[in-house]
Amino acid sequence: MGFSKDQLLNRLQELEIDYTKYEHPPVLTVEAQAKYVSSSEGALSKNLFFKDKKHRYYIVSAMVDTKVDMKVLSQRLGLGKGGVRMAPEEALAQLLQVSLGCVTPFAVVNESARDVSLLLDQNFKNQKRCIFHPLSNEVSVSLNTSGLDKFLKSIERDPVYVDLEANPAVGKDQPPDLAVYVPSNSVVIPEITSETSTKQTPPPKSVSAEVKPVASAKPSKPASKGKSVVVENSTLLAFKNPEKFVEEIMDKTSALLLSEVAKGENVEALAETRRKLLTSELTHLAIMFKNTAYTEGFHAGKHSQPKRL
Amino acid sequence: MEVDKKDENESESSEQVVNPWEVSAKDGGKIDYDKLIDKFGCQRLDESLIDRVQRLTSRQPHVFLRRGVFFAHRDFNEILDAYEKGDKFYLYTGRGPSSEALHLGHLIPFMFTKYLQEAFKVPLVIQLTDDEKCMWKNLSVEESQRLARENAKDIIACGFDVTKTFIFSDFDYVGGAFYKNMVKVSKCVTLNKAMGIFGFSGEDHIGKLSFPPVQAVPSFPSSFPHLFPGKDNLRCLIPCAIDQDPYFRMTRDVAPRLGYSKPALIESSFFPALQGENGKMSASDPNSAIYVTDTAKDIKNKINKYAFSGGQDSVEKHRELGANLEVDIPVKYLSFFLEDDSELEHIKKEYGEGRMLTGEVKKKLTEVLTEMVERHRRSRAAVTDEMVDAFMAVRPLPSMFE
Repeated sequence: MGFSKDQLLNRLQELEIDYTKYEHPPVLTVEAQAKYVSSSEGALSKNLFFKDKKHRYYIVSAMVDTKVDMKVLSQRLGLGKGGVRMAPEEALAQLLQVSLGCVTPFAVVNESARDVSLLLDQNFKNQKRCIFHPLSNEVSVSLNTSGLDKFLKSIERDPVYVDLEANPAVGKDQPPDLAVYVPSNSVVIPEITSETSTKQTPPPKSVSAEVKPVASAKPSKPASKGKSVVVENSTLLAFKNPEKFVEEIMDKTSALLLSEVAKGENVEALAETRRKLLTSELTHLAIMFKNTAYTEGFHAGKHSQPKRL
Repeated sequence: MEVDKKDENESESSEQVVNPWEVSAKDGGKIDYDKLIDKFGCQRLDESLIDRVQRLTSRQPHVFLRRGVFFAHRDFNEILDAYEKGDKFYLYTGRGPSSEALHLGHLIPFMFTKYLQEAFKVPLVIQLTDDEKCMWKNLSVEESQRLARENAKDIIACGFDVTKTFIFSDFDYVGGAFYKNMVKVSKCVTLNKAMGIFGFSGEDHIGKLSFPPVQAVPSFPSSFPHLFPGKDNLRCLIPCAIDQDPYFRMTRDVAPRLGYSKPALIESSFFPALQGENGKMSASDPNSAIYVTDTAKDIKNKINKYAFSGGQDSVEKHRELGANLEVDIPVKYLSFFLEDDSELEHIKKEYGEGRMLTGEVKKKLTEVLTEMVERHRRSRAAVTDEMVDAFMAVRPLPSMFE
């Protein structure tokens, strides 16, 4: 069972962390929270819980005014421009053990969240106090970042503060600056519904998996028909949707680059064959994309009505 | 004029038999390709032609060319001559949709044709001979049409460009200009000649007799007025397996009499069954081939259990004598599908000299094939009925040479 609000508050007291508690009706949004807790008490926070394609989870806790660009963040984490998405509800329940609208840095106190990476807004440090939910959305606590740090250290977590608005270039000579905060372990959440299972099953063959480093064993493919139908739905999007299409390309390319780097080879000297294989794969992907677009046009053409004169 | 050998239909087991409906080696041995080239009168595809292809297309020649899978041709050099001068050509290949299950051997001509389309930037027509299968395999008309559409999906999944590809089924398309050419061709081939080329006899129904022109006329651009209007001199290149040669020998014979250019051919050898060159790949034996619907587990299983190994019986003997690369199926399959020349060479050397074991070679093959089949499956899943309709629509292809 996850930590309860009371257990958490007791822990804060034990650690002699100074905090102020505010009780209010359950709130699901920052706007609602702002009605009950005024900004004179401290800086409100917005808390995002998201995951990447390899089922690694992240909490980003930021000042409400801080602009958080998920694409930039994703790139800085080394996941490519569209490598992250909001975590599904089940993950919230299973990993953070909190309810909707209750994501908070404090959630990492749970053992189930040990692999969740926590990134805190640098701007918190300039505030006297910051406001977070203590595992319940009927309560808010305000405390100083030093208090938060003390708490995190007590559960053997290093507080990580990041300039969330920074947008450094990520490229060959500038490795992603936040990549070090990517969890080393991914988490598998058992499927609940088929809707979400597309995102939750172990990496579908469609995504970067196939260009894995030769050294690693290939995961087994979906054997049952039902599962493979689910897997294929997410691939089909890559053939239709330009964003997903580019995502696919970025995934495959970075997977290949990473595998070459992992093998200790100079990225420049990317083996000719590997590069050719990637080119051939990406061309194939592009052709299917083109064919899909043409087909949609063809359909539209067949069904278009003559102009009304 | 072609030397038209009239004795292809020998059914004595002392001679190998290669025609569109039967392929068998002499005395259960291997197909002798040199003899075949000699008998058919086509040419070997030599290094100089492959180099020329590389120069003209500015890219590495396809693995099937490098490894001699496509090894024979007729007039391919003339196609290249014309191409160099700026005269394009179009591609023509096809499939007889006899079954829903496609195995890797079936994909080979399509994989190669896709490469040709990309490398030379030329259009392609693909004929689905549903009428042929209806006649020869005694399928119902509806079933053969259905199979044609299903096969079309696997073909499209090979990665053809819809803006440069026209797929048609005989039942849908025969008629109009196509039929006019069929009649013209028919007038030039006597019954005796047809019986000589194709082995027909008095017992065969007349449907079979009248089929060859159907497969011949896609070689003529005037059969496709919506594609090549006014381009009657456009040359045609036909990538196919060498057992289809008889159809096109006949076509090449007839073409000049109709005032048409002879189609050029580029021909492949046969893809061996898992059990070895002497075995037969048959739809009834699922373990004789790797199918595009096989799961990773199936592939691993089939290769481990059924792929004929040229390795020795014991590890010690193997280390001493090395593997027999002539009969080893995994290495043969790798020579078809492993892109990396140096990696293949390495495997052949190590395995042939006994340092690498069969298990390792099989493991590599499983990897390569699984990746291929997976990729095919993913593309296949994206092919909708609508996409098939688009490929099969009788429409102009304005960017076919881009």
